Amino acid sequence: MALIDLSKKEVHCKIVYYGPGRCGKTTNLLYIYNAMSDRARGKMLTIETKGDRTLFFDLLPLNLGKVNGFDIRIQLYTVPGQAIYEATRKLVLKGVDGLVFVADSLRVRQAKNIESLEDLQKNLMENNLSFNEIPLILQYNKRDLVSTPIPTLELDELESDLNSHLHTMAFEAAATKGMGVFETLKAISKLTVRHVARKHLMAK
Amino acid sequence: MADLVVTGPVLEKAKIQIDKSLIKAGVHTVLLIDEAGNIVASCGKKRNDLDTTSLAALAAANFGATSQMAKLIGEDDFSLLFHKGKKDSIHFARIGSALILITIFGDDVSLGLVRIRVAQLIKTIEQVFGICN
Repeated sequence: MALIDLSKKEVHCKIVYYGPGRCGKTTNLLYIYNAMSDRARGKMLTIETKGDRTLFFDLLPLNLGKVNGFDIRIQLYTVPGQAIYEATRKLVLKGVDGLVFVADSLRVRQAKNIESLEDLQKNLMENNLSFNEIPLILQYNKRDLVSTPIPTLELDELESDLNSHLHTMAFEAAATKGMGVFETLKAISKLTVRHVARKHLMAK
Repeated sequence: MADLVVTGPVLEKAKIQIDKSLIKAGVHTVLLIDEAGNIVASCGKKRNDLDTTSLAALAAANFGATSQMAKLIGEDDFSLLFHKGKKDSIHFARIGSALILITIFGDDVSLGLVRIRVAQLIKTIEQVFGICN
């Protein structure tokens, strides 16, 4: 649910990073937070459990500058990935305007990726949304592990597991090093703002 | 959930009503937020000292979490929440299905007064935003 404030000429959008536990959603936000200047970023809010896992959500507000005279303000959220926090994920998805699905490249996480994408689809439906109605981008994270002995998934496998029906943009990333993080953010911000603007501002 | 588009005159009317009913009663901060945690309007003298963005996001999440709790005990929703602090307290109330009113007040203002004023204000803001229940 975007908020368009015509008096202040501001557009507020909510982008949610979704994905299985430990895939690197919070790491994406932390990298963005550390790389952006104080002027462009707000305070990062995180609610963690004892083991560094996200309990409720992380929030990072960003100011992306002006488009057609409107200030674009984006709020990046992450969800807790672990299966038991399903109710929380559903809540964070309330009012979402754009989605990034972060997939884990580790071979042992293959089933968890698929399960999490199915869970996303189900939770969107419960919020009366579908993949067709909302901008969605895939990020294949932990690609830096491909060159190590740790078994990882090939890009083709990730594509056929997750993107064979979606046919959406996908980015390779290594969030701890920042690779692909801003490419993903730029792409999803552009799609989300365009989506909201088409619905409300360009029609007028 | 439909997107919320607010115009200058609507926002101005809402702020005047909040000011008249709550700020004049001694409440120090009032935030009007949507269910996604975006701030629609903020009023009061202490609003610039607060991290309102985080507060709004947490309040929306808090409301969402408690409404799930409500469902577990067979209620549809809890329409108001109250957290009491040593000096300051927070009162949350739902306005229609899309907005939440957050009122922050010190120990010099009684909860009863806040509840009465908020109940009246909800009706006024529903009219201003054209919200039907």
